[in-house]
Amino acid sequence: MEKKLLLGNEAVARGLYEAGVRVVSSYPGTPSTEITEAVSKYEEIYSEWAPNEKVAFEVAIGASFGGARSFCAMKHVGLNVAADPLYTASYIGVNGGMVCAVADDPGMHSSQNEQDSRRHAIAAKVPMLEPSDSQEALDFTKIAYDLSERFDAPFLLRLSTRISHSRSLVTVNDRADMELKPYNRDVMKNVMMPAMARKAHAKVEARNALLTEWADTEAFELGVNRLELFSTEIGVIAAGSTYAYAREALGEKASYLKLGIVNPLPVNAIIEFAKKVKTLYVIEELDDIIETHCIKLGVKVIGREVFPPLGEYNQAIIAKAILNKENEFNTVDCDVPARPPVLCPGCPHRGLYYALKSLNLYVSGDIGCYTLGAQAPLSMMDTCVCMGASVSALHGYNTARGSEAAKKSIAVIGDSTFIHSGITGLIDIVYNKGISTVIVLDNSITGMTGHQNNPLNGKTIKGDPTTAVDLVSLAKAIGINRVRVVDPFDIKGTKAAVEEELQAEEPSLVISRRPCALLKSVKHEPALAVDQSKCVGCKACLKVGCPAISQKKQENGKTKAFIDPNQCLGCGVCIETCRLDAIVKNN
Amino acid sequence: MNSINILIVGVGGQGTLLASKLMGKIYIDKGYDVKVSEVHGMSQRGGSVVTYVRAGEKVFSPVIEKGEADVMISFEALESARWLPYLKKDGVVISNTAQIDPMPVIMGNAEYPENPLGIIENSGVKVIAADALGLAEEAGSAKSVNIVLLGIAAKQLGIDKDECLDAIRATVPQKTVEVNEKAFELGYNL
Repeated sequence: MEKKLLLGNEAVARGLYEAGVRVVSSYPGTPSTEITEAVSKYEEIYSEWAPNEKVAFEVAIGASFGGARSFCAMKHVGLNVAADPLYTASYIGVNGGMVCAVADDPGMHSSQNEQDSRRHAIAAKVPMLEPSDSQEALDFTKIAYDLSERFDAPFLLRLSTRISHSRSLVTVNDRADMELKPYNRDVMKNVMMPAMARKAHAKVEARNALLTEWADTEAFELGVNRLELFSTEIGVIAAGSTYAYAREALGEKASYLKLGIVNPLPVNAIIEFAKKVKTLYVIEELDDIIETHCIKLGVKVIGREVFPPLGEYNQAIIAKAILNKENEFNTVDCDVPARPPVLCPGCPHRGLYYALKSLNLYVSGDIGCYTLGAQAPLSMMDTCVCMGASVSALHGYNTARGSEAAKKSIAVIGDSTFIHSGITGLIDIVYNKGISTVIVLDNSITGMTGHQNNPLNGKTIKGDPTTAVDLVSLAKAIGINRVRVVDPFDIKGTKAAVEEELQAEEPSLVISRRPCALLKSVKHEPALAVDQSKCVGCKACLKVGCPAISQKKQENGKTKAFIDPNQCLGCGVCIETCRLDAIVKNN
Repeated sequence: MNSINILIVGVGGQGTLLASKLMGKIYIDKGYDVKVSEVHGMSQRGGSVVTYVRAGEKVFSPVIEKGEADVMISFEALESARWLPYLKKDGVVISNTAQIDPMPVIMGNAEYPENPLGIIENSGVKVIAADALGLAEEAGSAKSVNIVLLGIAAKQLGIDKDECLDAIRATVPQKTVEVNEKAFELGYNL
């Protein structure tokens, strides 16, 4: 059997392949994105990017109704969007097995909050498995399908950034030959009206009891849950990445109850394990779910008392808390300035933001690369909540503060985010006679998650041509009369167009259109240069916040602007900032 | 089998991921258990990035903590200083001499420290500094900075040259093999 070094996400994809999954629908979201990207390489599996997580989840439910093993993936906040179908899918159960992977982001490497998806599993009464490395990511994915069909439940697979984005060795197998299950109409099972749902709820409660029993028994036989007995001094209950950290920090100085099913949790196994060790710790990132469960069982554990409720854990945190042991390390004898992420050189968002900066607008922001424009020096964002909120929250802001405010405020939302959940907000503005100005930053790709195609760019997940949503026609169809398309590198034209739309007594949609600078299809101009004879070191060009422009000390001690030819893509936005025409094309 | 912790740091977009993937492959081919932990998404885009490569008999945690790295491969001088605490007391820094100003420095809100690699060296830590960009350009592509640094690290870690070249050939795009082989040699023979 072949061994491969796979990302946790790639291992999940391999698990889907081996489990005979036929239909996959997802919306990209760090750290879950690479699962579906890897799936798209398998010819045997139909895969797609859906407009949002709710749609993806519903496509997977439909495929399950149709008898196929189905799947969807999303990040933790994506499951909020898909929560509506999740809670009722729990009642209905499945025909073909169904699994939804949800990737949490402790430490918020790339997220707006740090919510714990296990809460959704508990609230929706949906069983949840949680792997602790790539091999388990593959194995648990396959096991989840067998269990989904056996217990008649959709399954959640909980991942976290460290599991999704770490590579470890995986043994791969062949694909199982899963026949499409027959479809039989079953209204009592599949149509959730009150009479059916009452019965279904009872079924769900009974299922949960059966799964608890499974977690105490068969889960151990399958290796989903695992007892590792070494020292009797210290006991550790952990799942997922925290098991890996604990095992690294404590080695054989502790015994472990390693949980692979995190909802429902076992009962007897925990009570029995507690009897075997002197001091029992629960180590879990984010919420104290296992700890609360233990307290309910009357099992004395140490958890939140010594471990924080926020951020990502590691072996050092655990070694310090339990063994009071710390590594020695070198320190550096200088201040190290922070290096926050920034808009890339050549980014079209920079042009738009710079064009509008002098208008001193209230900017209702959204989720994507352009959120980086909130930081200095562009500082072009007042609020950012969740996907799509820029549009609806602008309507709320303008309704609260009146039409004068509406003439000094905009929403900024990316192309993919607009399709995800900006459209409904825009309809709200039109329907309720708002006059807000919304700007769609159309860069022809879903950028922040690493370049996924979307319904606006006319390409499928595999890059095949498809029908592209026509944004201009869409806006007109919902009743917007004022639709403008601008080029964000045309600083003056963009500014003039937005100023005009802000004054209009009706809603406007401005489409700021230019493809992402990182797309392979985008051809760049040669790098620009600073004419040192003209530059006086006024620093005006630094206001565009481009990482390619910095200041350099000259031999005479004066500082002047410098453009790094290895970074500059020649977009020319900075040229607009220089009154002395010192930024020139480099021949 | 000794366990080895390699910290790879740099600025988002510099090619740290390929370097870590290659390191992982080299140790797998040598029969080690390996874990590589990467950073995607918001943490890229010109931000400070770190990748962990861990190899040994059996590796549990995918991350490297303070005082744990045997070697740090750094793509930028300031990043060497930022991540220095993650190095073992007797660890080695392999660093590109390039200076890339972060936004707070560009904006004039912070200062780029004068000669960060010198400061590290003065504190008693072994530093192997190289103009990896210059060597990469000599090899034929500025993009092969990662392979130059990999070459220096391979020499330092005592990894067989041919094992590395095999991993490079199996990983990089076909049309860049020649440039990358040359970049590796330039680093290895530094």
